Amino acid sequence: MPEELLRKTFEIQGWDFENAGERSAEVTTILKDLDVDPNIILRVGVVAFEAEMNVVMYAGRATLTLVVTDDEIVVEVADEGPGIADIELAMQPGYSTASDEMREMGFGYGLGLPNIKKNSDVFSLQSEVGRGTRLHSIIRLISYG
Amino acid sequence: MKVSELAQKTGLAAINEYKDREIERVYISDMVSDLIASARTNSVVVTLQTHKSLIAAANLAGAAMIVIVNGRKPSEDVVALANRTGIGLFSYDLDSWAFAKKLVNLGFE
Repeated sequence: MPEELLRKTFEIQGWDFENAGERSAEVTTILKDLDVDPNIILRVGVVAFEAEMNVVMYAGRATLTLVVTDDEIVVEVADEGPGIADIELAMQPGYSTASDEMREMGFGYGLGLPNIKKNSDVFSLQSEVGRGTRLHSIIRLISYG
Repeated sequence: MKVSELAQKTGLAAINEYKDREIERVYISDMVSDLIASARTNSVVVTLQTHKSLIAAANLAGAAMIVIVNGRKPSEDVVALANRTGIGLFSYDLDSWAFAKKLVNLGFE
């Protein structure tokens, strides 16, 4: 069993553009303090930021949990949002349900979930319409092969 | 090239208090998800966006400088966030291409 070094849960409030990005900034600060490799921090930062923005744009509220073990970093985001009816479609680069307002802010180009997947070693997304979505991303600290 | 030197050579005045870091590369984008994935460390980010999430994304990507084009000005809370991150925030009157030409003339490739 990998040894758990740190576990921290953050609350994210939906439609709170004022503080959007603060949790992912805090996540990267924590990882810097743990002397994690900068490239790994960037990947975790992208995962956390995109997931945080998804909550801010689409879901009512969520928790973001960061778990650091001696061989991996886990980011789990569980929201109480509207859910995603077709996950395969949502994962397609360029697909988005963003409003014009979000697009004007430079979001909603259908890059968020693909960015998260690309930066994860293990990625899973589970969703139930009307209940919420759970995103699970693992970034390994040790590269195999 | 340092942020201050780049600003001086392109005729930009700083909006905030920033850390005078070294600029090594350029990234131009108005899409935040693109920017966070591609801007990389020690970059100057040239963008139309002026909101707080832009600063957060640029900070995560490791940007040293943000040039907001088309004469757009960020609000005070955005400037305050930029101060906290140490990223240099600047506003440029013309468009991205006009600023890109200046960067090419300064030797950025």
